[in-house]
Amino acid sequence: MGLNSILFYFFSALAVGSAILMVTRRNIVHGAVYLITTLLATAGVFLLLQAEFLFIVQVILYVGGIMVLFVFVIMLVNLDVSLLQYQFNRQRFVAGVLALALGAQIFLAIKMGQKSLFPATRVPEILPKNTEAVADALFGRFMLPFEIASILLLVAMIGAVVMAKRRV
Amino acid sequence: MNAQPFFLDHIWLIPMFPLITAAVMLFYGRRLSNSVVSWLCSGSVFVSFVFSVGAFFQTVAKPSAERVATKVLFEWIPAVPYHMFDGKLAKFVADWGFQIDPLSCVMILVVTGVGFLIHIYSTGYMAHEGGYYRFFGYLNLFMFSMLMLVLANNLLLLFVGWEGVGTCSYLLIGFYFHKKSASDAGKKAFVVNRVGDAGFLLGIFLTSALLGTIRFVDIGPALAAGGFAIGDPRITAIALLFFVGATGKSAQIPLYVWLPDAMEGPTPVSALIHAATMVTAGVYMVTRTNAIYQLSPKAMGLVALVGAITALFAASMGVVQNDIKKVLAYSTVSQLGYMFLACGVGAFTAGIFHLMTHAFFKGLLFLAAGSVIHAVSGEQDMRNMGALSKKIPVTYWTMLIAALAIAGIFPFAGFISKDLILGKAYEKDALLWAIGYFTAGMTAFYMFRLIFMTFHGKSRVDPDVEHHIHESPKSMLVPLVILAALSIIGGWISWPEIFGGNSHFINFLSTVVAVPHEARMEPLKGPSSRLGELYLMLLSEGLVILGILFAWFLYVKRTDLPEKIAKGFGGFYRLVYNKYYVDQLYDALFVNRAKDLGLALGAFDRNVIDGVGVNGAGWLTLFISKVSMWWDTWIVDGSVRLGARIVWLFSYPVRLIQDGLVQSYMLLIVLGLIGFFGYYFYVAHHAIR
Amino acid sequence: MVPVDQYLWLSLALFTIGVIGVLTRRNVIIILMSIELILNAVNINLVAFSHMFGTVDGQVFAIFIITDAAAEAAVGLGIILAFFRNRETLLADEMDMLKW
Repeated sequence: MGLNSILFYFFSALAVGSAILMVTRRNIVHGAVYLITTLLATAGVFLLLQAEFLFIVQVILYVGGIMVLFVFVIMLVNLDVSLLQYQFNRQRFVAGVLALALGAQIFLAIKMGQKSLFPATRVPEILPKNTEAVADALFGRFMLPFEIASILLLVAMIGAVVMAKRRV
Repeated sequence: MNAQPFFLDHIWLIPMFPLITAAVMLFYGRRLSNSVVSWLCSGSVFVSFVFSVGAFFQTVAKPSAERVATKVLFEWIPAVPYHMFDGKLAKFVADWGFQIDPLSCVMILVVTGVGFLIHIYSTGYMAHEGGYYRFFGYLNLFMFSMLMLVLANNLLLLFVGWEGVGTCSYLLIGFYFHKKSASDAGKKAFVVNRVGDAGFLLGIFLTSALLGTIRFVDIGPALAAGGFAIGDPRITAIALLFFVGATGKSAQIPLYVWLPDAMEGPTPVSALIHAATMVTAGVYMVTRTNAIYQLSPKAMGLVALVGAITALFAASMGVVQNDIKKVLAYSTVSQLGYMFLACGVGAFTAGIFHLMTHAFFKGLLFLAAGSVIHAVSGEQDMRNMGALSKKIPVTYWTMLIAALAIAGIFPFAGFISKDLILGKAYEKDALLWAIGYFTAGMTAFYMFRLIFMTFHGKSRVDPDVEHHIHESPKSMLVPLVILAALSIIGGWISWPEIFGGNSHFINFLSTVVAVPHEARMEPLKGPSSRLGELYLMLLSEGLVILGILFAWFLYVKRTDLPEKIAKGFGGFYRLVYNKYYVDQLYDALFVNRAKDLGLALGAFDRNVIDGVGVNGAGWLTLFISKVSMWWDTWIVDGSVRLGARIVWLFSYPVRLIQDGLVQSYMLLIVLGLIGFFGYYFYVAHHAIR
Repeated sequence: MVPVDQYLWLSLALFTIGVIGVLTRRNVIIILMSIELILNAVNINLVAFSHMFGTVDGQVFAIFIITDAAAEAAVGLGIILAFFRNRETLLADEMDMLKW
């Protein structure tokens, strides 16, 4: 049981626990906070997997950007009355069953393919520079998806502005 | 035939003149004035009369054996081949042809002569009536038909005239068609005539089937060639069928019932049609076809018997009638009976002779009666007349002359013709003579009853009417006088030989009656002994005078007696007064049965034909359309809707999936994923691996 | 070293929880957040395999996913705002105008 494992178990327990909490909270602000916790735990997992750049991106973008946006909107639309309504909808049982069935299926699928998984190659003494590697790949092999992603962001920006602005 | 004498060659004009004026009346009569109508119509008859006189003289001019002349205008029915009874092939030919022989000469003279006088009389009598032009139009149409009848050279053309006079009789009897009784009488006359006509027509068919011809000149030779024995049943059948027609037209038992009712028509109509001319058509027809009758003693016997019985029967009814015209009507029936009696005993010429004299005095009687009725402002019941002799002298004297003639007083016309008949009857059968003899007495009685009730005794005339009693205008009186003269001298053309005459008339007609085989009748000469004839004459004169005296006694001297006698005879009197209830009997037997048939057919028409047929057809159509609509709605449209519903059946559940809730869509996505993964991870797994 | 499949189990757990959240919760913001959770689970999966193979392709893919998630969250929240302004509700059950 190395430090890796302890950290992994810690982060994964945190992630799963926060996730469960997020899904079950009545107060959506609480839910948002728990999602932040989950995202941070995920970032930790990334770090464990030696994806430093992604770790930073996750923290800055996901938590710092997306979740802040979420919190803004929550603040805009928060209703007191929502605290008094049912949380779960009518199809909860069927949905639960089906979701679990899906999970079970994927579980079995993973189980089936477990043999072909192999442990990570030995980690070299000097870690390669992850960010540089990502940058190489991103602007090299993945240039086109990068540009498309930028257009996507542009469109999303316009869309968000259009959707959210007040009709005059 | 070429080079015929003028009047004989133009014999076809005689019926044509009245036909033309009748046509003029039909088209223009409405716009013509009364005097134009009178001149036109009477004038055309007069011209026909002139032509008839001419034809007569030209016929007389020929030797007696050649007195039959024929003039064919055109071939009416071309030769139609057919098979006779004995299998021989014959041709049915009827041409529009005229035959002028002594018989037809006599007839056209009587018809046009008396007809002309009656036309003149009508101009006065009908002067104030409506429909003047219509009356003369019908009268002329009648003249045309009657002349066609007597001039026809074949049975079919004769039948044309026969029907024509029947139609005109109907038109003229029902002249006052506003009166129901008049139109009913017209219908009665026509229908009863029709019954007789059916028999006549059957007789014509039988003649053509048996003899192969319907032309008069050919019947005699055909009878001889056919070798028919005397009393052959087929010949008897023909004769009897012809006689049925004669009883209808000439008002004998059993088809006489229309004649008394026919008095509804204007008096000139009664005079012309129902005394002088139309009713004599039956006698003429029997005489025309005498060749057939003489081969059938049974038929002739029946004719004589029916004639005699009718004479007696009608005279008995005439005795008790109170309407002046009805008395004369029954008298006509009775005198026609005499004519048939004559034909039946073989004295055809005597029958024609009596026909001629009867035309004179009966025509006169009717016209004079019209004059009387005119004088008493329309009263026809003799019980409301009386003591008119001084007030309307000309009418009185002419009527008296006619009464003397019909009673048979020497030397008036009726005496000679009636005695001829009685004489021949006595030769044949004493019973027939006895009936005729007794009837002669009754005739005298009822005629003079009429005279005494109308002109003598106390005046029973209604006081209002009495002031207006006046003699008729000259147009009415002149024909009366002329006919009176004829009634006196009319018989003198056949003055009996015992008084030194030479029977011109009889000899004149004898060629018509000649039969070309062994059993010819002897030329009419009267009873075998001259003394017998005289004896018979005195007997009848005696009875006649008795009758007149009896009438005088009852209706001038002791006018209270008739009532007492009537009461005394009670039931019998009522029986006779009601005409033996024959009309009621016919009504029950035939008329009402025919009406019932009509009603039954009407009900059949309404319920079966209209109900089932028409309404049924309508219902059927509706039903079919309902079925068709049902088919269209449920089957045709239904199959269309079925297709749509099947689509709906599949689409509706699918549609319900779209509930607008994103999460349910999400659920379906997950479901699909599960299925997808299931397939690819577990099913296709082995194939990949 | 933690074996790769452990990471996969983690990914699966987060994924399942996310799916449950999407299918079950009524509040649309929670639904959106659950979607983020699902995306995150996928990211973990990708990075784990990227680590297993020693390449960075997985990480690059994860970057793109994050980018996409950002865009989607922005637009989605814009839509929720607009809807909230019209209907005053945040419950997915009440957003059924596009039903049949």
